[in-house]
Amino acid sequence: MNFQLIGVNHNTAPLEVRERLAVSEDRLPEVVSTLVKQPGVDEGMVLSTCNRVEVLTSTRQGADLRGFLRSYFGLGPKLDSHFYEFEKREAVRHVFRVASSLDSMVVGEPQILGQVKEAYAVARGLGAIHSALDALLSRAFAVAKRVRTETAIGSSTVSIASVAVELAEKIFGSLENKTVFLLGAGKMAELAARHLMARGAGKIMISNRTHDRAVELAEAFGGQAVPFDRLHQFADHADIILTSTGASEPVFRKEHGEALLRVRKNRPVFFIDIAVPRNVAPEVNKLDGLFVYDVDDLQSIAGKNTAERKKEAERAEKIIELEVDRFASRMKSLEVVPTILSLQEYCETIRQAEIDRIRGRLGQISPEQEAAIEAMSRAIINKLLHTPITTLKSSATRPEAATIHEMIRRIFNLTGGKQDH
Amino acid sequence: MPEFWLRVALSLYGLGLICALASLWGGRQVLTRITMPTVGLGMVFHFVALIETAMMSHVWMPSAHEPESLLAFLLVVFFFAIYARYKATAPGLALLPVVFLLTASAALRPKPSGPALPLFVSTQWIFMHIALIMIGYAALLFSFIASILYLIQERALKSKTTGGFWARLPALATIDEIGYKCLVWGFPFMTLGLIAGSILAETRYGSKYFADAQVLLSILMWVVYTVLLYTRWNAGWRGRRAAYMATFAFAAAVVAWAANNLSHTHRFIP
Repeated sequence: MNFQLIGVNHNTAPLEVRERLAVSEDRLPEVVSTLVKQPGVDEGMVLSTCNRVEVLTSTRQGADLRGFLRSYFGLGPKLDSHFYEFEKREAVRHVFRVASSLDSMVVGEPQILGQVKEAYAVARGLGAIHSALDALLSRAFAVAKRVRTETAIGSSTVSIASVAVELAEKIFGSLENKTVFLLGAGKMAELAARHLMARGAGKIMISNRTHDRAVELAEAFGGQAVPFDRLHQFADHADIILTSTGASEPVFRKEHGEALLRVRKNRPVFFIDIAVPRNVAPEVNKLDGLFVYDVDDLQSIAGKNTAERKKEAERAEKIIELEVDRFASRMKSLEVVPTILSLQEYCETIRQAEIDRIRGRLGQISPEQEAAIEAMSRAIINKLLHTPITTLKSSATRPEAATIHEMIRRIFNLTGGKQDH
Repeated sequence: MPEFWLRVALSLYGLGLICALASLWGGRQVLTRITMPTVGLGMVFHFVALIETAMMSHVWMPSAHEPESLLAFLLVVFFFAIYARYKATAPGLALLPVVFLLTASAALRPKPSGPALPLFVSTQWIFMHIALIMIGYAALLFSFIASILYLIQERALKSKTTGGFWARLPALATIDEIGYKCLVWGFPFMTLGLIAGSILAETRYGSKYFADAQVLLSILMWVVYTVLLYTRWNAGWRGRRAAYMATFAFAAAVVAWAANNLSHTHRFIP
């Protein structure tokens, strides 16, 4: 038994290549069914996300996964360089890393685990997964959970927009029923607003020097367009003010901040100022209850979080290495199971045959005598087999395992279980 | 027996306190898995101790022990109530040392002995007076801690130092709400407690009672409390200004408590 994996990800293949290989949800069952019909393939599953397409199998003899992908997707040989292939231990490590989000574009992002779980569920539903892949995937889920709880890899955000959302939540708790005021309607501002709305922000007001653009965006968000020259009249409704105008002088100065606090009865306001030059004067941050973060602040938090994640990722890699070792030794000890079984079977056959023979010679015997013969013959076999079996088990994870394994098979002339391995 | 249960509770609080300190380094898991259950168990034993004391109240002599013990218990109750409502542990943990010290003082200091003071009024009245005031104290204490935590969180947000130790504090709005809710809930208890006390004193000593230092301080505290609530409610004072007010109210409360030993008429022990 062997694990084999082939795939492309965001590092090895450009979007055009990933697009050609991407498998939509409704086509997934068909691909998996075709995969497990390939010669040599025992079990299989397919993971397809926007950043990766991977085929994972457990095989008896080596299977030609590359050939399968080529013929299934009709790929020419020039795409070959984009694929990576892993086997055995390396495949196990890769699966663990993917599930733990160490191989993701944004390391630590939490979606990938769910995607792996879905791919697994689909393959399992089709009967394409049983013992070996099942063991591998359940372990991968446990490893991912361990990485998540033992490292802080998923705990910090690394994009400006998500840092802004996190800060907003640090101030307001929940963003529900909070009003966002977009001042300037650039792409960045729109993205940040989208993040805020996704986290539950209730209402949005938009003001822009070109009023038409504000109206357009307000329609897209289901918000309210505010004339640019009246922005200060509306600003006090907003809990979060996101500024990105091209104004050369600050739009919000200290006196505006003081007025805001007065009207709002000191309820806090969060200014996210992504404009350069800044739209909110730095003195505003000195007023109680007003919090101003400019683009540098956000970037430095995002940068710190990225560094933090790198450190956590290193710790996570160590956990994965340990887990791969553990899994590999478990798989190895499973490898000797068929040999042990056929060894026991072999001896049992001999025992039965000998008992049948002697019974004919002894004629009538009492049940006690029969039980004694039974017990004695069993005891002899168990004692004889004890050392070979314990040796097999204990050597399973050591380098000489293959030699011992082979020797025992030869000594006892066990050929039956060979194909299991 | 109540002393015994109180000491059991004290040990559990102590253990919880140590684990809470450990969790500063060890992370959240220590907190939820060890500190919370330990303190919760301590609360149960503490409750048993209080009930037994109350049942012995026919021989009960009001000393400083019972109010201290009761206040510590109420603080733990507030701790869990706030945790249940806001999932916020920070205010309760900040008060855990206070809980420990109050319980220790009640459990370990020798009980004053001496002839019981003949009470002119029923012990139930005194008990009610104390219980109401203590609920008010507990609420005020939580409000005070919340306003301190608010200041810390505000500083952290303003100085743009994210992460680290203070990252575990609840959101600013949550801390604010805890502080405000505690004020609002504590106010009627404090007021009723003072009224109950006044009625007691009126029947016992007449009007000269109100010239007493402790009583005056209590009334001062109540006034600050009222102003605090009013500014918060009317002008939305929070942050620095609310913290100053809460500190003032808290200081008045502490002095009023301490004045028990200076007062001529309002003393637990004659």
